[in-house]
Formats: sequence, structure tokens, C-alpha cells
Amino acid sequence: MLLQVRDLKVTLQDQGQRLRAVRGVDLDLAAGETLCVVGESGCGKSMTALALMQLLPRGAELSSSKLQFDGIELSKLSRHKLSALRGRRISMIFQEPMTALNPVFTIGDQLRAVYRRHTGVSSAEAQARAIEVLESVGLTNAELRMKQFPHQLSGGLRQRVLIAMALMCEPEMIICDEPTTALDATTQAQILRILKEAQSARKMGMLFITHDLGVVARIADRVAVMYAGRIVEHGSRAAVLRSPAHPYTKGLIASVPRPQDGGTGSKRLASIPGNVPAFHHEDPRCPFLSRCPKRMSICTREAPPVRQTEAGQQVACHLPLDAQEALTA
Amino acid sequence: MTIPALTTPSLPEEETLTVRLGFWRKAIAHRTFLFSGAILLAITLVAIFAPMLAPYDPYAQNIAMRLKPPFWHDANVAEHLLGTDQLGRDYLSRLIYGARISMTIAIGATLMSAIIGITLGLVAGYFGGWIDTAISTIITTRLSMPIILIALAVVALIGPSLQVVIVVLGLLLWDQFAVVTRVATQQVAARDYVTAARVLGSSLAHILFREILPNIRAPLMVVATVEMAHAVLLEAALSFLGLGVQAPLPSWGLMLSEAKTSMFFSPWLIVLPGACLFILALAINLVGDALRDLTAGGRG
Amino acid sequence: MLSFLLKRATMAVVVMVNVSIICFVLSNVAYDPAIGIAGAQATDEDLALIRQTYGLDRPLLVRYGEYIGNIAQGDFGVSYLTKRPVLDMIVERLPVTALLAILSMALALAIALPLGSAAALWPDTIIDRLAQLLAVAGQAIPNFWAGLLLIVLFGVQLRWLPISGSESVAHFVLPSITLGTFAMPPLIRLIRAGMIEVLASDYIRTAKAMGIRPFQITFKYALKNAVLPVVSLSAVQLGFMLGGSIVVESIFALNGVGYLAWQSMSRSDMPVIQAIVLLISLIYIVLTLLADLLNAYMDPRLRSARK
Repeated sequence: MLLQVRDLKVTLQDQGQRLRAVRGVDLDLAAGETLCVVGESGCGKSMTALALMQLLPRGAELSSSKLQFDGIELSKLSRHKLSALRGRRISMIFQEPMTALNPVFTIGDQLRAVYRRHTGVSSAEAQARAIEVLESVGLTNAELRMKQFPHQLSGGLRQRVLIAMALMCEPEMIICDEPTTALDATTQAQILRILKEAQSARKMGMLFITHDLGVVARIADRVAVMYAGRIVEHGSRAAVLRSPAHPYTKGLIASVPRPQDGGTGSKRLASIPGNVPAFHHEDPRCPFLSRCPKRMSICTREAPPVRQTEAGQQVACHLPLDAQEALTA
Repeated sequence: MTIPALTTPSLPEEETLTVRLGFWRKAIAHRTFLFSGAILLAITLVAIFAPMLAPYDPYAQNIAMRLKPPFWHDANVAEHLLGTDQLGRDYLSRLIYGARISMTIAIGATLMSAIIGITLGLVAGYFGGWIDTAISTIITTRLSMPIILIALAVVALIGPSLQVVIVVLGLLLWDQFAVVTRVATQQVAARDYVTAARVLGSSLAHILFREILPNIRAPLMVVATVEMAHAVLLEAALSFLGLGVQAPLPSWGLMLSEAKTSMFFSPWLIVLPGACLFILALAINLVGDALRDLTAGGRG
Repeated sequence: MLSFLLKRATMAVVVMVNVSIICFVLSNVAYDPAIGIAGAQATDEDLALIRQTYGLDRPLLVRYGEYIGNIAQGDFGVSYLTKRPVLDMIVERLPVTALLAILSMALALAIALPLGSAAALWPDTIIDRLAQLLAVAGQAIPNFWAGLLLIVLFGVQLRWLPISGSESVAHFVLPSITLGTFAMPPLIRLIRAGMIEVLASDYIRTAKAMGIRPFQITFKYALKNAVLPVVSLSAVQLGFMLGGSIVVESIFALNGVGYLAWQSMSRSDMPVIQAIVLLISLIYIVLTLLADLLNAYMDPRLRSARK
């Protein structure tokens, strides 16, 4: 396994209160595989990604029984070794291409700096490499782009630059935190294709964070559905999308606007009433309890067991919906 | 379908009810606020009750008792706790009365500049357009002329006195009030309750002073503290340069100026009034910082 | 960008005109120049004669026009006391004040930049507390008092440095420290706040995610962004220091423009006073304008918008 995560917990400080953002997450990722972590905003998926990179905001506490990349325990790595690993073997792409590039340095400065940091080559070699990678992510006029500043590029171009930056050193794993959310639909599709191509060409492991099931359907090998700091359902793309077992997953899928409804509207998960609850204290019970339409009395007492469904996914629910019910929904 | 949430977040209605109470609850827990507020209160009380607290008449000269050192230099001279100045006046009494002058000027000048600045800012922010441009130009003009220089020039022209210093500083320190009020008014004026008041036919004065002003109170309090400290230090500088409060009034700045000639042999004469100025300005600034802290979090 | 520059320059010109009106009113309306020329003992007939010979009986608008015309030709009037052209008196003292202001600014920046950055890098540590203490205390210290204390301590007790005059660079050390303390607090606050904001920004997170070395992140990626607003504030502070120099120069008998201003004020030499007020305000306006231009040049977002 390229990445192994066991019992990952992240606690944030929110105005003097402890906010449990991630409450015991297990993840595995193999080389050449794409795992999508899907969930509403505030479910802890971004914090999970930042925790893997050891980039949590100040004041956040992280604990895990295992947080291993290629057998290296990331949480025990020194600042220096971590810095040498990031960008070299693990890279990350963020949601906001508009603000993710340094406004006062040229694209070239920023790309060369990454490559030279990890390889120690000359500026000219870094320049050649940067142009090569920029072209590989579909950027035209790469040499001109190198001389430009971020504000001179559109959001889609900036995201390509960030992807190029992440790919500069041929990392073994790439973490993408909603890299297409801030972009328009056409650009989204292009960026997804570029990422998918880069991933399969380089046999990278890709951890893709998104709230968009359309994205999941296009790129995922496996899907982990996250809710209120926990993974509630996890399985292959086909299993999870075609036969969702958890009421939450079902609600998620139901809320995607279908083309025949003429719905171009938001792909937010509006069809499930309520918001993701915030947890300030330990609570082993089902996180979806407060919004679940199928709630039973046992749910308010006991933690849901993790079960294997017929379709092969794992689900944490007292009453997993069977595939038949899911299809008719 | 409404299902009661398991974890109950604090209700928003509760929050609005406890805003005022919440401020004082937070203020009492704020160490800087308590500490600096206590010092400021103490100096204010000293200023008010100066005649009762001062052991001697601050103007009574005694040539036989000139330049007596304070108690830490010579414990035997118990009658003048902080020594005497070059004219034999009791230094402690003069320092106590000095608090009166500094506080009078701080409050007088700040009130005056607050009235000028807030009025300009309200008008500019509320009306916008060419009125805003004109007032902004006035503000920029004021900002481009160094206060101390203008103050000195005007005082040199009119002739120095306590009243002149208050008026001159009051006429010069309004810029931050105007800047802050203008921006805050622009923000508040767009809100629903102001539009509602306008539609309902409330008078202009009502809208400006009853609807808008109470809502920008917090940042204005902070500006007021900054300008009070500013006024204290400016008065001291003017008096120090001989173009402020005139002798024999015991202004701390003037006391520093008078002590200049004997400072090499009697350094306490400059240490003490300067320390008083420093502590007063520090306390006012810290109260301002604490207010900024307390009001920023509480009202969002 | 061009329209911004034009707007900015127009504002500067309008403000200059306003300042000139204020100076004219101060020296011609609020104050009777005839008394200044003739002296306080002059009789009414003397004054009437002087008003006629100097053209002071003409309408104010005409006299203001003449005032502006003279200034445009570099004629700021003649000192009542020395009978010398005011501009000459100011220009020969300007280098002293300029040196003082620049040294003070350099000192303030030399302390505020590293201290403010360090405070932002390690918030709530000893170094952050020190920076905040210095910012708060520096703001509350009366600078003439700080000057006097320095004189007593270094000039008299330790005898390390000269305390009065402007003959050598050593003479500028204590005055620069005094004036520098005055300029430092807002710089520390701005650099600290700016660095905290920049260090929490998305692009710094990107740099970390790409494995850029922490040292490089702080001193290259972050500092260049945080330093942009410092340019504007430094120009403003430099302008304030020209005004503040009056206090410091009078304490240390540093023979600069501030000292001249103080002497002229004590002796009611109105032409010198109004010329200094006008000139220092003009310098301040030009400085802030230059700072805006420099900022526009340094910030690529503004620079390329010019095209």
C-alpha cells in the first residue's frame, strides 16, 4: 500500500471550544489508484487531506494509530524531512486557484523554485523541465506563461499551473482538494481529464476530495463517503454509486440534479434537510442520526457496526439499505 | 421534515440579548483592560481630587528649599516625598495637579475633534457624491500637514494658553474620527434598518444620530482613546517647546522644560513628569487596544 | 492604472493648493504682516504706510495670486529677523533634517522588519510579546522625554556620545534613536499584522505543500508580499518625522529645519514659519505620491494593469 491511514483524528480550536473535525478515519490507497473522498462542506474531508500533508492550521491537533506513506510514518517525520518529501513524493492541489499562487512572483519563478528545491539542478534545466510539464498539462505558449504573473492568467490556467507545479518532480501520490470546484463546467472537464491522464501515465496514487458526485463518477476507482468526521460508506465506484447502502449516500445521490430535470442548478446536497452537525464531544453513535429518515431507536443508543454489503462495500449503519431499495429511490 | 438536532448549538436569539452583558463579562476577564482601566481610573481620580490629595500648594515657592531630592535619594527629607523643583515648589503636588491639566486637555481636545470629525464623516459617508469628494479632500489636506508644526505655528500666532492649546488640538485631531466614521457610515447606510427609517420619513438628524451613530460606536471609542493619548503627548510637546501651557501652571510637559537646565544634577526632575506622561499615554492606548479586542469579537 | 495615477496626481495638486491657502490665511489673515514688518511698537500711521508700500492694502485674492506666483518662482519671502530669503535659510538646513529623518527611518525599519516578522512567525511567544510591548510602549513615550533621558544617560553619565550640535555623524546617533522610536510602533504593528495575514494565505500553503524550505518561504515568498504596504507607511512616517524633527532638533540643538522652525516660532518670524509649514507639507504630499508610484511598480498586479 502506498498510503495507509488508521484512526485519524483531527481536533480544531474553535473560539475556545474543541471541534472534532475528523473522528477516526481509515484510508488505504494503492499506487495507480484513484480514491475519491466525497461529502458535504464541513464533513472533515479537507482536514483529512491537510492532515495527510501535515499542513493543518495552527492550533489543530492530530492523532492516528497509523499515518504511513510508503512505510514512512508521516506524523513522526521531522520538519526538514517532511519538507523534502512534500512536492517531491507527495504533492497537493488546492481548491482556490485564484489565491494559491504567490501574486508577486512569476509563474516561472514559482515552478523553477519547486524543481530546484528537490533536484538541485541549474535554473536553465529547471526552466526546460517547467516548460515540458506545462505543455504536458495542455498549456499553450508555455514560455510566455513562464514570464507572467498569476493575476494575468485565468482560473483554469492557474489551476493547470498548480497541477504542473505538483507534477514537477513526478510524485508517487497526489492529493487533490476540490481542484475543480471554483472553475466553470468546461474548464472543470478539462482539468479532470488532465489530472486523470497524468495519474494513469505516471501510475500515481490519487486521493481526490470532492463534494461532486459527477466528478466521482468520472474519475474514481474507489469512493469513501464522509459525514461529520467519519467515513460512513466505502467501496468501489460501481458499488457505491449504483447501490448505495447508507441512507446518507442515498440522499447524496438523490440530490444530484439530473439532466432530464433540466437542472443546471447547484449540485449542493440540498435534498437532505439540516446541516452537518458539529461535534464538540466524543459521540460513538451514528453521525447521521439527527438527519436520518430511517432512524431507529437502536441508533440513538449504539454505535453502528461496519458491515459488508452484497455489492462489496463497507457501510456503518444499523440498517443498510439493500441494493434493490436504492435503485428504486 | 424537521428533526431536532442532537447537539444543540447556542441559539442566535440568546446571543443578541447578551451582547451588552457579554461585553462586560468579557471585559472583566480581559487582563489588559482591567489593568490599564484601573490606572486610567486612578489618574482620573487624582485629577479630580487633586486639591485633597496634594500635600502642598503647587504654586508655593520656597527658595530655601530648592532642588531637594526625593525620598529614595535622601530619606531624611520626609516633608517633600518627591523633592522640590528649582523654585522650591513641592514636586509631588505639582505632579498631582499636572494630571488635571493633561486630563482636561485630553478630554477637551478629543471631544471637540470628535464632534468635528464625526459630523464630517457622517455627512460624507451618508451623502456620498461630490460632498464626499469635498470632505475627503479636506481630510487629505489635514493629513498632509504635520500636526505638531501647525499647532506650534498657530499657537505662536495667537499666543499660548491652556484654552488655545485645547482649541488648536481640537481643530487638528479630528481626521481619524472622520476617516473611521465615513467608512463605517457607508457600510451602515446600506443596511435595511437605515433604508427603512428613510422610507418611513425619519428626519435626517434622526437617521444620522439615532440610526447610524449608535451602530458605529465601537470603532469610534477606539479612535477616541488613540486621540486622547495623542492630545496628551502633543500638549506636553507644545508646553515643552514653550508654546503650550504657560508657567506657572504645572503641566508635565512644561515641568520637563523647566527641569532641562538642572537635569544633569537633579535627574528626577525630568524622570518623574515624563514617567507620568508615559504611564497616562500607555494606559489610554492599552484601554484602546483592549476595546478593539473586546468589540471586534463580540459584534462581528 | 493610468486613471488611478491621474486621479492620485490630481488629488495631490488639489491638496497642495489647499495647503497653500491655509498657509496664506495663517500668515496674512490670521496675522497682520504689517506688524511683523514694522515691529510691535509701530504706530497706526507707520502700519498704514507699510501696508501701502508692501501692497498689503490690496484685495486678498490679488495678494494670494501674487503669493502663489512668487512661490512658483522660488520666492518664499524674506525673514523679518535676518532679512535673508526664507528659501535659502531652509535649503541650507534641509540636509541636516533629511539625514536625521533617513537615519531614524533606517533605524526604525532595521528593528521593525525583523522583529515584526519574528513576532508573526512565532505568535504568543516571548519575541511576540516583546514586539507588542515595544509597539505599545513606543507609542506612549513622549519623544522629547526619551531624548532627554538619552542625553542624561549616554551624554552625561556614560559620556559616549555628543549631545548637542550637528558637526559629525556621532551627533546624529541620539537624535536618530529618539526619532526612530517615534516611527517604529506603527511599523512593527503593520509588519506583524501583514506577515500573520500572508503566512496564513493560500499561496504560502501551496509553497509548503510543494516542499519549499521554511526559510525561503518566510524570507522570500512571504516577506515580499508583507513588505508592500510597509512602503506606503514608511513614506507617511518619513513625512511625520519631518514634523517631529522640530522637537528632536530643539532638544539636541541640531541645526536643521525643525530647529529653525522652533526659533522662528519663538520670535514670531512669520515668513519663515509659513514657508516651513508649506514646504514640509509639500514634501509630505510628494513623498506619499512617490510611495504610491513605487507600490504600483513593486506590485505586479498594479504594474501590469497600467497597460
